[in-house]
Amino acid sequence: MREMPDLSRRTFVFGSAAVAGGVAFGQYGQAQQAPSSAAATNPLAANLGPHSVTFNPWVEISPDKITLIAQHADKGQGVGSIQPLMIAEELDLEPGQFEIRFAGPSPAYFNTGFAHELAPFMAPDRSPGAEKARATALEWLRKAGLQMTGGSSAIPDTYEKLRMAGAVARETLKAAAAKRSGVAAADLRTEAGNVILPNGTKIPYVALSADAAKITPVAVAKLRDPSQWRILGKPMERLDIRSKVTGEMKFGIDRTMDGMVYAAVKLNPNKGQPIKSYDASKAQTMPGVRKILKLSNGIAVIATNSWYAMQAAERVDCVWEPSTYPAEQADHWKTVASSFVPQFLAKEWRNDGNIDAGLKEGTLLEAEYRAPYVGHQPLEPLNGIGIVTDKGMEIWVGHQTPQSVQQIAAAAIGMKPEQVTFHNEWMGGSFGHRLEFENVRVLAEIANQMRGTPVKLIFSREEDFLQDIPRQIAMGRYRGSVKDGKIIAADAQVAANAPFKELLARMGSPSKDPDGQLGVGIWNVYYDIPNYRATSFEVLGLSPCTTWRAVGASANGFFTESFIDELIYAAGLDPLKARIEMCKVPIYRKLLETVGEMADWKGPLGKGKGRGVAFVEAFGTAVAEIVEVTMTDAGIKIDKVWVATDVGKVIDPVNFENLVQGGVVWGLGHAMNCELTYSKGAVQQTNYNHHEAMRMYQCPAIEVRGLENDYTVRGIGEPPVPPAAPALANAIFAATGKRIREMPFNKFIDFV
Amino acid sequence: MLELTVNGIKHQINVVPEMPLLWVLRDELGITSPKYGCGIAQCGACTVQIDGAAVRSCQARMADVAGKAVTTIEAVGNGKLHPVQEAWIEHQVPQCGYCQTGQMIQAISLLKAVPKPTDEDINQVMSGNLCRCGTYERIRVAIHAAAEKMGGK
Repeated sequence: MREMPDLSRRTFVFGSAAVAGGVAFGQYGQAQQAPSSAAATNPLAANLGPHSVTFNPWVEISPDKITLIAQHADKGQGVGSIQPLMIAEELDLEPGQFEIRFAGPSPAYFNTGFAHELAPFMAPDRSPGAEKARATALEWLRKAGLQMTGGSSAIPDTYEKLRMAGAVARETLKAAAAKRSGVAAADLRTEAGNVILPNGTKIPYVALSADAAKITPVAVAKLRDPSQWRILGKPMERLDIRSKVTGEMKFGIDRTMDGMVYAAVKLNPNKGQPIKSYDASKAQTMPGVRKILKLSNGIAVIATNSWYAMQAAERVDCVWEPSTYPAEQADHWKTVASSFVPQFLAKEWRNDGNIDAGLKEGTLLEAEYRAPYVGHQPLEPLNGIGIVTDKGMEIWVGHQTPQSVQQIAAAAIGMKPEQVTFHNEWMGGSFGHRLEFENVRVLAEIANQMRGTPVKLIFSREEDFLQDIPRQIAMGRYRGSVKDGKIIAADAQVAANAPFKELLARMGSPSKDPDGQLGVGIWNVYYDIPNYRATSFEVLGLSPCTTWRAVGASANGFFTESFIDELIYAAGLDPLKARIEMCKVPIYRKLLETVGEMADWKGPLGKGKGRGVAFVEAFGTAVAEIVEVTMTDAGIKIDKVWVATDVGKVIDPVNFENLVQGGVVWGLGHAMNCELTYSKGAVQQTNYNHHEAMRMYQCPAIEVRGLENDYTVRGIGEPPVPPAAPALANAIFAATGKRIREMPFNKFIDFV
Repeated sequence: MLELTVNGIKHQINVVPEMPLLWVLRDELGITSPKYGCGIAQCGACTVQIDGAAVRSCQARMADVAGKAVTTIEAVGNGKLHPVQEAWIEHQVPQCGYCQTGQMIQAISLLKAVPKPTDEDINQVMSGNLCRCGTYERIRVAIHAAAEKMGGK
């Protein structure tokens, strides 16, 4: 059993702020079978073909091809491209000279990128205590062996290790070529998949595979300096772009298999509850229907075509066990509102100065904010193919946590995790949806009842909505005071259900620690406010919730940056200048200055126009955004968004811009237009017409600048999301004088 | 048996007449570039050309399209990349890419009707195509670029 490193009981100091850490990461190691040395084992070695070589878990060379392994799953964020390209940079391969394969489950692919998030220190803190905690966290991650894509961690995790994997492979191939040719390795060079002798003779890597297999991989001391890069850091074409534009790309939903049948499901919309009984008489005789199966939480129809299966599944009458959480939405909100009491205290994350005394000085402000449940709803619905035999299960499913797929599928059918062979797929989006297991569990149950036959399961969009475990529901209660043009105090209290902690519990790794995601966006606030307190309360007994793009900060960032804006206005200050002056971290202040310069910020615009600014750090990446809106006769129109962020090093600039733009669209669209509400225990929104997010006509131009001042490489998948909602709300206030404190905003104001 | 021509090839299809074209293409013919997203014409991921017009294939019943010519993204460039596809690559529009085949078919249809569209034209025609990754700004830029390539006037 491996427990969390003991980081939580200590108190750390950042700047003037005393920071008490402690972040839920569960006891993941407890669930793992792997011995602690397993991380050092190369999983590619076991399945290596003849005359082939593998230098590490990411590079495999056989006499006919080079295969580079992508350990992080590709949900559309582009890591299926950049991971192999990081290897190729050092290995001197060109795009087109290698195949890409997604990694199978192995502790060798443990995610080092979580170390920063796990250590309870603010991102800019480089004190010895912070670095030591991160090192301890990394060691724990190594032992736990958790392979997970998420938390904007793919690049921080792989930036060094994949380039090193390429460098080691390169030097070992050179050693093999040296042995064969008699030329010293130091006199050899590599280019485009070849080792090149001083006389110009080229030896292809593939021709060296058998020789290289006999050599111990050569240690490499130093990676190439970024100034020498051929591929990284420059505009490049993502390796998956052409196949996505020609229609050749096969997503999980596109895979077929000889002899397969199609399955659709109808599952209990009271999440987590079983089925009582069902009547399939109407469905049985429908065209294409082969079988109707009972599952633990619903029914499945097996048919000759997905459409036949979906049509018939709808016609099965089911009687469901009722929900364990409140059936009606109003009672969900009541539960949240009643959770701001000591009994539900998750953690007081920060307590600087004297909050009670501070709140008594000057003018007092109070405000309450709300963030509803929202759905992930990537455009590719949940799906998968599974075959169960007496020996085990083979499963093809796009997922972010391969080892958990093995566990969940195995548990569903009474097998052992190692009996489940997992294959990852290119995914049509996730946003956190493919960290959950609704499709995995039922696919295992279905395939187990259809032993020997490959089963292809597709969730209808309606089922996908009904089974989507949503973003946490949250309320923020804020108090603050201003005096003589200064913010004297701010007291942030948030109550929400715990998304990451709940996910960990479903992964078989329950945690007693407070969910760090409840603290993000309230404790990592970098303004010079002498009296500052941040507290979160964990709401229990509601709908299950999970990680949704940007997770805790997607709600908390909206609350905090809206309230800071209210305080700034109450103090009679300029929203951007005040933030710049209050910001204690120089590289973050630079972001605020940069975004102001990009937007040419000069204070109020007038004429029905308004600008709002927001600044949030999440997953270690700070993002400053300015939104400009115009009040028109048809409603609020978003004219433009400017974004400045700092990831230390931008390694894929075009994709970086695309991800930032997408994050802004995600943040704005859901803040404007989306909520999931419960009635009779089920979500009421079951397709995109009820949960639209943003469409083209509402989408502004989005200008992006990536700075490179941070000391380490950071992720960008999620961090652009949290500032978007408060920047928009603050802009609406600037344009109209109306404060919107609850998402979705379209309940309170019209948009064009 | 119903007859359907897809990308110039004739097929005999044995399904119920009310089956939507989307599922005929995907599950009966194995042509997977039109995507299932919503099933109710809310996302546009299933968009194909029927006799040259952009249509949501999840809403086109087999009985109504029998005998007609369907074109999917694979065939819009007649063996080459269509200028819209070239622009999509040059401006690196896709992230997950799941909606993009439908987006491109819709964009081709727009450019046929309006060779040099304004942003307003683009917003009007493209707003039925949902992109959850949020690539709208790049789609607009790519459509302008494609219009340029096609000599829009």
